Amino acid sequence: MFVLIVGCGRAGSALAKNLLADGNTVSVLDESAESHRLLDVGLETNWEDEGGMFTVGTALEIDALVEAGIERADAFVAGTNGDNTNLVIAQIAQKKFNVPKVVVRVLDPRRATWYAEQGLHTICPTQAGIEMLTAAVRGETEVVLTEQI
Amino acid sequence: MYVIVAGGGKVGLNLTRELMAKGHEVTLIENNRRRYTILEPQLEHIVHLGDATELWVLERAGIERADMVIAVTGDDEDNIIISQVAREKYGREKIIARCNNIRNMEHFDLLDIKPVISSTDLILRLIEHEVPQYGLVHLLKLQAEDLEIIEVEVSAGSPSAGKTVGEIDLPDGGLIIAILREGEGIVPSGDTLINSGDEVMLILNPGLEDNITRLFTAPEESFI
Repeated sequence: MFVLIVGCGRAGSALAKNLLADGNTVSVLDESAESHRLLDVGLETNWEDEGGMFTVGTALEIDALVEAGIERADAFVAGTNGDNTNLVIAQIAQKKFNVPKVVVRVLDPRRATWYAEQGLHTICPTQAGIEMLTAAVRGETEVVLTEQI
Repeated sequence: MYVIVAGGGKVGLNLTRELMAKGHEVTLIENNRRRYTILEPQLEHIVHLGDATELWVLERAGIERADMVIAVTGDDEDNIIISQVAREKYGREKIIARCNNIRNMEHFDLLDIKPVISSTDLILRLIEHEVPQYGLVHLLKLQAEDLEIIEVEVSAGSPSAGKTVGEIDLPDGGLIIAILREGEGIVPSGDTLINSGDEVMLILNPGLEDNITRLFTAPEESFI
């Protein structure tokens, strides 16, 4: 599977390495060349030698998305630090490039819920955190995360 | 009319002032605290501090009763999300969005957000209008209606020069609405003669531009 991940922060870079280890082709797009170093952390050699791809570019620019391989992506992850950027590029991936699997990170729980109702696969780390914290304080041993569809 | 303006930059502030002067009720939403402290003494309770892409901020501003939502922040992704949420979640019908980077215009189009105003685009159109060698000038685009009004100069030796309006073989979806000759506008009938040097205004469905250019420019010119 070819996976394009936009946003190479803590979450994006770790996800990229997980998916590469699973045997996928993984391409990462970030506006900062600096962010590349997060991809190398913990690897024996470096990201490229392990087979990963990295492109520097702005998420909202179609040219950058195309250069990073969106046209052949089987899965697309919108994981920049901006909720609105993520929501827009996820819709571009879905509607313009017809990427079969689009996942979008949204920190604001209400926007995450509403866009999920509109057919986007949103993941809300804030909501997951709220549920884990609530469960921990209540003393519930088993933490069940709400599936965001 | 009750209007919500998202984004208190120069555009948002001036819009708010003008709308208020016309007697409209306005709420301006500004996200940046420093900018808010500049706006607040001028506008008092009219300005709200908050992120207009957050649903609770829009709700606090009374989006449910807004007659119009204007998204003019400096970030196109924010303007897109505000417009999308205003229309699809809150059912607002009158929305105006600003596009800061003309390259993002296609994202607004893709998500069917309209009308969209881009100052770069407006200036480019004005340049087109001022520089006649561009040939065909887009004067007005009615996105929702899928119509545009264009202007084209009739060159000598073109298929239309010397013919009457009725004789010109216009494609379906195109209509001549005015002829500008020596600074004067003529509303034509079928018998009106078209001369080279005239400027012809047409209303048409987008996509017919090439057709129209061929009708009003001389054959050798259109290959330049």
